[in-house]
Parts: sequence; C-alpha cells; structure tokens
Amino acid sequence: MLFPSRGQYAGLVEEYRQQGFETCSDLCAVDYLTHPGRNLPDGVKAERFEIVVNLLSLSQVRRARIRVQVPESDAHVASLFPIYPGVEAMEREAYDLMGILFDGHPDMTRILLPEDWEGHPLRKDFGVSRVLVQFKGAPGPR
Amino acid sequence: MTGHHPDPEVAPTGRTGPDALVLETSESHQGLQPREQTSPEELRREVGAVLRLPEGVSVDPTNIDVERSDDETMIINMGPQHPSTHGVLRLMFELDGETVLRTKPVIGYLHTGMEKTAEELTYVQGCTNVTRMDYLSPLHNELVFSLATEALLGVEMPPRSDWIRMLLVELNRVSSHLMWMATNGMDIGSTSMMIYGFREREMVLAFFEKTTGLRMNHNFIRPGGTAADLPDGWEDDVMVICDTILPRCDEYDELMTGQPIFRRRTEGVGAITAEEALALSLTGPILRSTGVPWDLRRAMPYLRYDEVEFDVIVGTYGDNFDRYSVRLNEIRESIRIIRQIVEKMPAGDYRVQDRKVTPPPRGRIDESMEALIHHFKTFTEGFRVPSGEVYVATESPRGELGCYLVSDGTPNPYRMHIRGPSFVNLQAMPLMMRGGLLADAVAVCSSIDPVMGEVDR
Repeated sequence: MLFPSRGQYAGLVEEYRQQGFETCSDLCAVDYLTHPGRNLPDGVKAERFEIVVNLLSLSQVRRARIRVQVPESDAHVASLFPIYPGVEAMEREAYDLMGILFDGHPDMTRILLPEDWEGHPLRKDFGVSRVLVQFKGAPGPR
Repeated sequence: MTGHHPDPEVAPTGRTGPDALVLETSESHQGLQPREQTSPEELRREVGAVLRLPEGVSVDPTNIDVERSDDETMIINMGPQHPSTHGVLRLMFELDGETVLRTKPVIGYLHTGMEKTAEELTYVQGCTNVTRMDYLSPLHNELVFSLATEALLGVEMPPRSDWIRMLLVELNRVSSHLMWMATNGMDIGSTSMMIYGFREREMVLAFFEKTTGLRMNHNFIRPGGTAADLPDGWEDDVMVICDTILPRCDEYDELMTGQPIFRRRTEGVGAITAEEALALSLTGPILRSTGVPWDLRRAMPYLRYDEVEFDVIVGTYGDNFDRYSVRLNEIRESIRIIRQIVEKMPAGDYRVQDRKVTPPPRGRIDESMEALIHHFKTFTEGFRVPSGEVYVATESPRGELGCYLVSDGTPNPYRMHIRGPSFVNLQAMPLMMRGGLLADAVAVCSSIDPVMGEVDR
C-alpha cells in the first residue's frame, strides 16, 4: 500500500504501469469526515477525502493499492485518464457522488445522478433523508 | 401527472420559450454532444484514440476528423427503455448513414444510492443490500461482501461453508450465463434460444428456492458462513441439474453455433484487442475473449478454487462470437466444477462457531439466557468489526467483482464500494461500436452483458 502526495500521485501511477501493472481495476473515493483517526504511516497528513486506486498486474499476479489524501478546501487531484483510460467512468462516479474533481478528465460530468442534482450524496455530511421522494406533478412537501 | 400540454412551448414546469421542452427533457452535458460542442479530448476518447496501443495500430490523435460538420452526421437516441437494452440503459449514437461513429452510454436511471444505504445498515444486514445490485448473480455479490467482512474480522472459515459457497456461486454462474444465452439469442433474433435459456435457468432457480427460500436476492451467504445448511437430498438435485444442462449445451451448439445467420451476425462484430481491453479495465468473458487467460478463480484463488480442476476458456479475436463461445463453454466448466464439489463436499459446520459473529442455533435460545442475549445483540446492534480497510475481488459471471470496505470499528461499514464489472465493461461500448453498423448495436450491447442494477447501484 502506498501513500503518495497529490503531487507525486500521477507520476507514481505511471511508474507502476511501466513496472507491469497493466490495468487499473478500481478507483473510488472515501470521505473520512467522521472517522479522522485512521492508521496512516508517518509523514502522511490525514485529510478529509481519500482517493483509493487498486492497480492489478496480470503478468506478476499481484495488486497494488494507492491512497491519496485530498483536502476538503481544494478537492481535486490529477486524472489517471491519460495513463489508464478505463478509469473514465470511475472518476466520473467519484466526482458525482463525492465531489472530487479530476484535472485533465475529458468529460467531468455527473454519471449516475441527474445533471441538476445539488450536492454529492456519498459525503458524510449529506443526510440520508435530505431529499424527499417526489413524483412529477404531485403536490410538493408540506 | 401533468397531462397533455396543448402549447408545445410551455413546459410542464411553466418554463416558456422555444427551448423550454428541450431544456426539460435534455440531460445536457451527460448526453452525446454535437461535434462542435465537444472538446477535442473528449472526441478522441469517443473514437478510441486514447488507448495505449502499439505504434502503428493506434489511431493518430492529430488525425481525427474534429472539424467534420454536423450536417453530415446525425445523433440518435436508443432507450432508456428499449426492449433490447438489458434494463434502463440509454445509448446515444452519432451516425454517418448507417455507420456508427460515436457512441455514448448514458446511465444512472436505476441509481438508488446503494453504497450510501450500506453505510446505514449493519454488516449482518449488508447482504440484503448488495444482493440487489447484480440481480442475475446475487450470490456473487453476497459472497464478495461476506469475504470482505471476514477479511476485516480475521475469522477462519470452516471448510464446509467454503464448499457450500462455491457450489452456490457456480450454480449461479450457470444460471447467469444461461440467462445471457437467452437474452443474447433474443437480441439477434433467435426467440427459441430465449425460451430454452429461461427453461434451463428455471431449474437452477428452483434449486435456489429450495435451498435459500427465494429465487433471487437470497441473502443466504452471510458474513460468517451461510444462513443454513444445504437441504436433504441436495446432491440428487444438483446432479439432475448437471445431467440436464450439459446435454442441453450441445443442443444450443446445434441451434446457434453452427447456424450461418448467427455466425454472420456475430463473427467480426464488435472486435477488440487484448491491449484495448486491458487499457479499458475490462474483465471477465470480454477480456478472456481477446485471448488473455485471466480468471481470478485461477490466478488469485479464493474459497477452495485451488482444489478443483477446471479450464480457463479463452477466445482469439475478441468479437461477439468469441464472447458467446467463452460464455457457453464456461457453463460446461462450471458444471465440471459443480460435479467435483458434490464429490468433495466435507461434513462439518456451515458457519463459523464464533458467538460474536454467528447467532446461536434456535434450540439454544430456549434454554440459555446467554444465547438469547447474543441472538438479540447480533440482530439489533450487529457485531463490531475491527477498523481497517480491505479490497476483495472475486470472479463474477461478468468479470471482476470487487468490494472495498472501510471499517471504523462500529457495527456499520464506514464506506462500502462495489466495483461492478458491468459498470466498467460498459465503457467498451464506444470502442466496439466504432465503424460498425447501427443494426449491430443491440448485438454488441448484449455481448457486453451489462446488468443495469449493478451499473447504477
């Protein structure tokens, strides 16, 4: 498991790809708002968000996990799209549900939620019942 | 309901003006945009020029027809409720005559925030949630969630529970592939195949109903084992399934494989190479159809897959026909595995005998106060899982099904992320469709085998 800084992130992933990690199997974001005291190695400052990337090497049959800290005030990281085009949908999902921007992504739009949705529901401060179920034409909430 | 609006320039919400209805119904940036509104970078992605390919094969990014006028092409929409889109999938195509230039799948119509829901449920309840994601292979979802929870708990599973799980997921793979054979047959015009596929799948579902109580959404594989032991006489039921489906596979061969119309509709259609598949993170039968022998059951064995013999089926050309053959032969391999499981099934516990994870047996509750307390605690509060994070991956019928689980030491997952294989595999659609005919769109979409419940989650 690796903990690069945001500046090192894309370079490190590129290095891994050249070392034989042919594919990026997963990319997701975690919001650590209510669980700040997690285990991190020395020198890594815990931030609110974390991008977790799982790389897979088919030739060496092993996985590598990369976790990048992303601060709330400046929630964006470099996109892995130029390195692994397969992260396109995963980064859009992370943007849609967690509100983290990926610099250099060709199509940074919402993927699962409607375009006019407000907020990013997987964030911990997005309440579960915040959005009432509404039907078209039905009278609005009391 | 808003009813009929006589004035087309007044949208249901009262917006007026000529663009009002367009605004109301359009999904703006999510859809496929006309060329002049699309950035060159995005355009290159749509034509597949961003993939890592050997030089000479790849599309030259500077040589893409960015300046092409919209007058020559047309953007059309298929779905979101098209009979052959395997759920509520919307596909947007840019056509030049009948040739598809760009494709964009627009998804999210089934999104119900299941990853958010998972944070509200305990680990005991979690399986009821994940099982509804990929509704054609629910047991695989339950398995990957249970494996991730058990990895965090650090419990060692009794052998019988592993073998029961393997039996169920392999049967589920058979039923899922049979369902795919059925819908794929229907998509390219063979309605008989649809009837046959559903008929055989029903046998497997009947066994699931007998074992788990439900045909789908079983909640049977749970953290700590399975909900119950296999029913009496399960060996006979399973052997009847194996003995019936194996010869039926040969019948499908006769019906489909050699049929000239079927072959002309599948051979060479939607072909991709191994490099493209790896760059797009594709897994499962799509990756194997390009000739990459990658199967997590073989490469990174979980459960007891290292103790059974089976072959990893690979294709050569990565076209629709190869994807069909891979899936058909995977049914045969799964049946081979199931027969070995029936032989090797050990006796013993079907769930781990750790009172903190597993509720006590029903009989004990009547006589022991402590058992009653444990039972009550397990089902009201749930069990606590040590804090940490883990990524577990299994081979579902559609590819790598992963679960990234973060625990903060409470009975609820802090974050649960499911890496749905259909969600990722759907990205191959623009590449597979590029330069193909619109008539093949349904066949290509079907060969990806997307399950929208898993795509949208």
